[in-house]
Amino acid sequence: MKRLEDKVAIITGAARGIGFSIAEKISEHGATSVIIDLDKKAVDTAVQQIDDIGNRAIGFTADVTNSEEIASIFKEIHKEFGKIDILINNAGITKDGLLMKMKESDWDAVINVNLKGTFICTQKVSRYMLKNRSGIIVNIASVIGLMGNAGQANYAASKGGIIALTKSSAKEFASRNIRVNAVAPGFIQTEMTDKLPQEIIDNYSAAIPLSRMGTATDVANLCVFLASDEAGYITGQTIQVDGGLIM
Amino acid sequence: MDIKAKVIDLIVEELGVEVGEVTLEASFIEDLGADSLDTVELIMKFEEEFDIDIADEDAEGLTTVGKAIEYLQKQLD
Repeated sequence: MKRLEDKVAIITGAARGIGFSIAEKISEHGATSVIIDLDKKAVDTAVQQIDDIGNRAIGFTADVTNSEEIASIFKEIHKEFGKIDILINNAGITKDGLLMKMKESDWDAVINVNLKGTFICTQKVSRYMLKNRSGIIVNIASVIGLMGNAGQANYAASKGGIIALTKSSAKEFASRNIRVNAVAPGFIQTEMTDKLPQEIIDNYSAAIPLSRMGTATDVANLCVFLASDEAGYITGQTIQVDGGLIM
Repeated sequence: MDIKAKVIDLIVEELGVEVGEVTLEASFIEDLGADSLDTVELIMKFEEEFDIDIADEDAEGLTTVGKAIEYLQKQLD
């Protein structure tokens, strides 16, 4: 069953990793994925990959912290399609380090991309969704935003902030039929975790009740559900995709 | 362009009210049933239709139909 037929969905940070899986899955369900990412080459490759299997995607190179750039891209998307149905705020970075030694620039960079970027994209898309009296926003948070993590104070704060931003925007936009939810992935297998030694992966997995790492597809499936009409009565929530890691 | 007529048209369209209700004294929130999001959207609509930028400080003062018309007439002069 195709759940997102003819929808227009913007996914930030979607050239690779979890973001790309989300774009792939959303296109598979009949929507046009608009891939936004920093790296032009990676954007082109991602769009091509979705195109190759006969689904719809277009791409833009942009930085989510640049509000003018984002505003003009959203305007262009709206001009082309006449609407923007779905926004998935996925773009995020890490710059880990113990709090005692964390550089202010590393704190700022992570808060800027993860939290401020989510704010900017939400603000810029809201005018189209408000006018349309309909829209869906899914913010990619993290279980780290719920439970904290040594060495990731900046990342944890940004993801906790995203959860609070999700609730506030859900309340502000609810009267206009715009739903806003957060997805909190746990330990997900990506290019980044592929580089970890097997022993570390085994240790992590042992702490997870479902005793395996999650896949990007696990996260993408939830995004598709939240973006679909089936989730029509769900807003302001943070839903974990973590194999039961925290309950 | 008759700014007054255009503004009234936009208010009718945006807030879904009757033309007769849109008097100069009418307050968007108290008389025309707008909520805070409606007022933001209305300002965006004015910006779009008249191709101007309305500063937030100015927007806060535009609480009635008359004030909005007066402000826009001044801006577009």
